[in-house]
Amino acid sequence: MLLTISTTRPCATDIGYLFHKHPDKFQTFDFPYGKIHVFYPEAREDKCTLAVLLDINPIDLIRGKKSFAQFALKQYVNDRPYVASSFMSAAISKVLSSAMNGRCEARPELVEEKIPLSVTIPVLPARGAGDLIRKIFAPLDYEIEVQGHLLDEKFPQWGDSDYFTTTLKKVTTLREFLTHLYVLIPVLDNEKHYWVGKSEIDKLLTKGGKWLEEHPERDLILNRYLKYQKNLYFEALENFTEEDIVEAEKGPDDLHTIRLQEVLKEAKKTSARSVVDLGCGEGRMLELLLQEKQFNNILGMDAAARVLQIAEKRLYFEDMAPKQRERISLIQGALTYNDTRIYGYDLALLVEVIEHLDESRLQTFERVLFEFAQPKIVIVTTPNSEYNKLYAKLKDGFRHNDHRFEWTRKEFQQWGEKIANNYQYAVRFKGIGEEHAELGSPGQMGVFTFKWK
Amino acid sequence: MEIKIPELSLVILMGAAGSGKSTFAKRLFLNTEVVSSDFCRALVSDDEDCQEANEDAFAVVHEIVRRRLKRGKFTVVDATNLHTQARDPLRALAKKYHFFPVVVALDVSEKTCKTQNEQRERQVAGSVIHRQVRDFKLALKSLKNEGFRLIFKVKENEMSAVKFTRQPLWNNKSHENGPFDIIGDVHGCIDELKTLLGNLGYTIEKNDNKYSVKAPNTRKAVFVGDLVDRGPDSCEVLRLVMDMVAANVAICVPGNHDAKLMRKLKGRNVQLKHGLAETIAQLEKETPQFRERVKEFIFSLVSHYILDNGNLVVAHAGLKENMQGRGSKAVRDFCLYGETTGETDEFGLPIRYNWASEYKGKAMVVYGHTPIPEAEWFNNTLNIDTGCVFGGKLTALRYPEKEIVCVEAAREYSKPIRPIGTGMVTKELTTQQQYDDLLNVEDYLHKQFIETSLRNVTIREGNAAAALEVMTRYALHPKWLIYLPATMSPCETSKDPQYLEHPLEAFDYYRQNNIERVICEEKHMGSRAVIVICKDKETVVKRFGIQEDRLGVCYTRSGRNFFEDEVLEKQFFSRLHAALCASNFWEKFSSNWVCLDCELMPWSVKAQLLLEDQYAAVATASRTATPHVLSALQLAQQRGIDTKNNIEKYQEREKLLEAYAEVYRGYCWPVKSVEDLRLAPFHILATEGCVHSDKDHLWHMQNIAEVCEHDQMLMATKWKTIAVNNEEDVAEGLKWWLDLTASGKEGMVVKPIDFVVHHGKKLLQPAVKCRGREYLRITYGPEYTLSENIVKLKNRALARKRNLALQEFSLGLESLQRFVDGKPLREVHQCVFGILALESEAVDPRL
Repeated sequence: MLLTISTTRPCATDIGYLFHKHPDKFQTFDFPYGKIHVFYPEAREDKCTLAVLLDINPIDLIRGKKSFAQFALKQYVNDRPYVASSFMSAAISKVLSSAMNGRCEARPELVEEKIPLSVTIPVLPARGAGDLIRKIFAPLDYEIEVQGHLLDEKFPQWGDSDYFTTTLKKVTTLREFLTHLYVLIPVLDNEKHYWVGKSEIDKLLTKGGKWLEEHPERDLILNRYLKYQKNLYFEALENFTEEDIVEAEKGPDDLHTIRLQEVLKEAKKTSARSVVDLGCGEGRMLELLLQEKQFNNILGMDAAARVLQIAEKRLYFEDMAPKQRERISLIQGALTYNDTRIYGYDLALLVEVIEHLDESRLQTFERVLFEFAQPKIVIVTTPNSEYNKLYAKLKDGFRHNDHRFEWTRKEFQQWGEKIANNYQYAVRFKGIGEEHAELGSPGQMGVFTFKWK
Repeated sequence: MEIKIPELSLVILMGAAGSGKSTFAKRLFLNTEVVSSDFCRALVSDDEDCQEANEDAFAVVHEIVRRRLKRGKFTVVDATNLHTQARDPLRALAKKYHFFPVVVALDVSEKTCKTQNEQRERQVAGSVIHRQVRDFKLALKSLKNEGFRLIFKVKENEMSAVKFTRQPLWNNKSHENGPFDIIGDVHGCIDELKTLLGNLGYTIEKNDNKYSVKAPNTRKAVFVGDLVDRGPDSCEVLRLVMDMVAANVAICVPGNHDAKLMRKLKGRNVQLKHGLAETIAQLEKETPQFRERVKEFIFSLVSHYILDNGNLVVAHAGLKENMQGRGSKAVRDFCLYGETTGETDEFGLPIRYNWASEYKGKAMVVYGHTPIPEAEWFNNTLNIDTGCVFGGKLTALRYPEKEIVCVEAAREYSKPIRPIGTGMVTKELTTQQQYDDLLNVEDYLHKQFIETSLRNVTIREGNAAAALEVMTRYALHPKWLIYLPATMSPCETSKDPQYLEHPLEAFDYYRQNNIERVICEEKHMGSRAVIVICKDKETVVKRFGIQEDRLGVCYTRSGRNFFEDEVLEKQFFSRLHAALCASNFWEKFSSNWVCLDCELMPWSVKAQLLLEDQYAAVATASRTATPHVLSALQLAQQRGIDTKNNIEKYQEREKLLEAYAEVYRGYCWPVKSVEDLRLAPFHILATEGCVHSDKDHLWHMQNIAEVCEHDQMLMATKWKTIAVNNEEDVAEGLKWWLDLTASGKEGMVVKPIDFVVHHGKKLLQPAVKCRGREYLRITYGPEYTLSENIVKLKNRALARKRNLALQEFSLGLESLQRFVDGKPLREVHQCVFGILALESEAVDPRL
């Protein structure tokens, strides 16, 4: 992986003082997974270019330090040696730390000098969206050139890759220039080669000052930099203005939050004391249920053991007061297997769950829940596919790549009525989220109530 | 003094401190059979005498007793047991697990107790002993009232001469291995019984009102009871069966009707309902001696039998697993009456609870009692009461053949109160298939021990958890999943510096394990696909119990449906179906279905995401980056900075990258229609009645080639056999591999000619793969062939992979065998689930 930084400042080679690297030397430094070479392809008075060549051996990545284990699935066939990533940030911090921290004893006046700088990154991964590079760098007043690449010219139908050859230009201090690269390259790549913990917040706060605070994509940067760890995100936010915290605590007014509130509202209307959240995931619904005294027996079930561990942490199981702790338990289970542990509950919630089941397995699920577990009340939510028209990005796809189907209001209601009919329940339906005159609400809900004979 | 007790006894020793209980127990029982309160006190408190620890100590005593009784283990409780409160929980445990509670009371004088007490290290106060000896005498009086039947008092001077004889339970006939003909409820239908016995090959002669019956070969008839009532001639049936039992050509368990008749004959007051009146009338015509004989006969019958080393259980109304081989009133009652829910139906008859729906026992249970229209296997149980007396038929099961033989009733002798089959919907699916629609999570979500015909496999709990997620999120209906493919190990790492894998190591492996000939099969590079396909949709319903509009399924190694495009899937199946029909496959194999192990190409059909996210992405990243690196290095070189080595290095990398891209590109082509698909089957895994692991790989290759001839979509696999001890052969095998891999193929799989091979007792790898040098670039990275890299890669640990391969292979074949044997889905799914669980084991994914 290569990065070249040029300046066209008069007496361009003076930048060598700032870099602390002699223009005529080819220097090599050791790096945990390979070597870093630093040299100057160009060193003239009108233009001087420094190259940082990071030579990572993919085989050492796998066989070397354990910290890379989170990438283990990518195996030896790995883009890391060729793309700008957190490895490059680590290399910058290793070989250009004085420059990034603004230390230059030989020519201290250069540190604060704004000079015309340009960086070329041959392969900058911008996972997610192509115009992300502009979104991130334009607010920082960079001049941006971006060139995309096909995945494989032999198979043009496979489309574009997530890689961009990128040139960024700005007249600024070298210190700021390097800092931006240091923080933002991994943000664009959206991966880190090491475990992201609390120390990452400090790093971010030292490197990202005012520019980050005012950046319109600040949330995205924070989230990606902290690998979407909510607790770290909030902790980082506390370092910004007070006003911001309040807003963040309010939470984004997203559909899922509305949906959870709607389900909670319905749940509270019932006289249920025991409730099972089927497909509880990381426990957002459970968190709400716990706050309601009405529910004295709360069970969360999910097919993935992994997310249950996250839920335990999110709900602070270890620190919960014993009386509180008695109210809730989590189990691993699957809706395609009969399970006596979910028998006898007053209320069962299925929030955005059924659309993750193959349609061919729905019948099994129906029997497991409605025929055997037979809760007194069942609340089911699922997307309303009619509303998808209003999501420009979706085209013909589903809202989530694991959705096996998405139903129109009619389809959902037909299914619900069939269930009600087959298993002796009464059912009513309602929308979730703001209603569109023609297409209905973005989400839909069915409330099933068991009818005693 | 000999004390005779049943082998399933809970012996409760009773005696004061110092009466010598422990010494007595030590002499007469195994160390492990004796649960001592002193020992348990020490376990929980480090002090045998710590009376304050009694509550915890006895909790431990009871728990140990409970676990032992549950497992059917003879157990002795060594404690004073002088009070009802101490004995009651033990008696309750015995009752719960259908053990005989036995009290052995050591009647030792206070003086002796005190003397013995003084000789011990830990001594009890004299006043305590005095009190205990007094309590002992009181206890002796109350034992009977408490419900103990077996009470043995041993006097001080008899203690050293006591011997225990443990008597096997009468129901234990494990040593009788049959073969058997198990006959359903006869209810006085003598004609049908005689015809049935005749059809089964028995010859019946009657002289002087006495039957003499000869069984074919060494067979034996087994009657499930209810010989009498309702039918035309209960006496004659009794006479025949009694004579057969007396002559040891039959055994018989009692039915509820038989038991009631006996009570009547004993003079008890019973209601003459449900056909008993007719039987009594018929018996009136017989001699008193005959009536006496009937009474004795029924009295002598044992509630149920365990036969054939525990593989077969016969009881009138069936029997739960935890009651089999046990003796108690509850067991006898269950055998006679089964279980009822406590409710009654619209005919006023008790609603019977179908115990078989929860049956998971190893033993096959054959029973009668509840008339049904057809005998039907359900969870390894079979009800053979097909209501002969109600105009149905008399049914027998030939064991171990599992063949059902019937005789239609000549007429309706009695009208059932509740029409036979009430509550059973006329149905397309069998009871088993309906039941199998829903599997229970409790059967899978814990550590499991699976016995297979090749080896036993343990599934760890964490792996089961991972499998549950995959199964529920991705897999097809478990009814389709009769097999999952096992992982395959590569050959040992090559010693040649140029290669990671090389055929010589594959040949060596088998040579070293005394295998002379191997088959090399081309390894296709696509995606693994398992195909289950039926001759017609009727078979889909009948054999697989699935009501879906399809002829079969094609699924991935994790049980997920292969195709997302339904139209393509339909076309694919109709092509494959046509080829099977054209090759007369169904007739040749006398089967309406087949399970095939295959590779489906191109790779890009299934692996498109992987290709885009990883393989092509890496190529494009490298292809884009390297020219920039070279140009920077060259500029520096022009400035007089020596970068020559690095320039050469990056130029070399550019070449390797292109070689890598060529590899994956070779396995990709667009699929516009079914014409673009290629299916290469390599195992005919199973057809009706047969798992084809008993055939060698030549048979598989030849039979598959015959089907492949009929359609371009199907690809016969190239193969070659090699004698591994013949140098020329080996050289030829090597060349074959080099040519194959040079043409862009992945490599080859080397298998012994036979499907399952052992070296001595050791199960050998059923196959090892040997992948081409170029192919491995997409596994180990474009630059893996560089000498500094290949050296590092040579250190690969294969042991775990190999162990997994054997475990999964064993489970795969077991799973097919269970399906072919018509086992409940729970048992088939256990193996398939196990394979998926093992697949979550952390092994080097590059192997």
